[in-house]
Amino acid sequence: MSDDEIILSELPDDELVLQMMDDLYDGLKDEIVEGVNILLERGWTPYAVLTDALVEGMRIVGEDFRDGILFVPEVLLSANAMKAGMNVLRPLLAETGAPKVGKMVIGTVKGDIHDIGKNLVGMMMEGAGFEVIDLGINNPVENYLAAIEEHKPDIIGMSALLTTTMPYMKVVIDTLVEKGLRDEHIVLVGGAPLNEEFGKAVGADAYCRDAAVAVETAKEFMKRKHNQAARS
Amino acid sequence: MGKSDATGATPGERTRVIACGMIAREILALKDRLQLDALDLACLPADFHHHPERIAPAMEQAIIAAKAEGFTRIFAGYADCGTGGALDAVLARHGVARIEGPHCFSFYVGNAAFAARTDAHMTHFFCTDFLARHFDTFLIAPLGLDRHPELRDMYFGHYTHLVYLAQTVDPVLEEKARAAAKRLGLAYVYEHTGYGDLAGALQHAVQSGQA
Repeated sequence: MSDDEIILSELPDDELVLQMMDDLYDGLKDEIVEGVNILLERGWTPYAVLTDALVEGMRIVGEDFRDGILFVPEVLLSANAMKAGMNVLRPLLAETGAPKVGKMVIGTVKGDIHDIGKNLVGMMMEGAGFEVIDLGINNPVENYLAAIEEHKPDIIGMSALLTTTMPYMKVVIDTLVEKGLRDEHIVLVGGAPLNEEFGKAVGADAYCRDAAVAVETAKEFMKRKHNQAARS
Repeated sequence: MGKSDATGATPGERTRVIACGMIAREILALKDRLQLDALDLACLPADFHHHPERIAPAMEQAIIAAKAEGFTRIFAGYADCGTGGALDAVLARHGVARIEGPHCFSFYVGNAAFAARTDAHMTHFFCTDFLARHFDTFLIAPLGLDRHPELRDMYFGHYTHLVYLAQTVDPVLEEKARAAAKRLGLAYVYEHTGYGDLAGALQHAVQSGQA
């Protein structure tokens, strides 16, 4: 053991949380799991560990990715570390009745097998308190309809990496309109080749350029939804 | 009138092809094979393959520069290439045509043949001579797989095959492509396409003096 090696269990809470953010930034999966367990042993609620350490850490990762300081491989390592921490927390969050902000069904559209962005969004949404139903990749419209029927989500998220597959989002949204389901749901779209103009053109509520924006946008729409419900 | 080239032709008599660096070697091979002496090649970075949002703005700058040099015949050595119509909008503004199709994999196979393929190729990761030649520097390093091989399945987990669409018959490149497939954990398929629709597109652009 080197002299400067950090012993997580010897750090006070505030320093441990900062260290966990560093470890998340560096994609250190084992250290994140260790840090999560230490905070839980010290009596932190799972929800506090999630929001104060993991989500806040990933927010910094997201900002540095947006600013060109971090690149995709580093973000994926951070995401893996967060996922490992989430795996510890998920069952505990359910047990402790952590607040649920809303429910989202998310999937990559038909013809497309790319899911890195979708997975990041799903994880960050879960971290922000949303229940996330992940449909996976290559989803025809029937999959979205079945998931809507089964899960009654507030939000439908669609992802695509290819310019050849992103037009399928319009197929899904047009079908929702036809079936009279469109206005009951918030539809968010994202993916590398998309932009705001495309989001509007296909009839989505919003285009989200990254996972952090997706979370903020989803929260904002949920707030409006609650306000509308309260007024009516 | 701009500067003349080695044959004495001025820019006004040549066709400036502004192309993706990923197909530069192939364009020069076709220039030689088809005797397209009036073809004048200028390339944008191959790296734009990873950043398609950079293609349209860079193309616009390159067209403006070519016009300033005296070129009146300009052709874009790109398909849509992930620009989602942004490249076409630039080209329409300047009256410049491009190679038909969504991407180089399609025009190498032949756009009609590629479009007719079933959904099975959704799980095919396509490789070309360029990608086989530069696999480590162009794919492995930017994806961080040299430093973090554990990320491989996050990138390629849903792919089933690496399909090497070969422009040339080259056992060395074939071996590299086969090794690339192995490294990505994918089944290997070899398909010799030659230059596909690229040949006709260049021939038409140069010989018709296409604007």
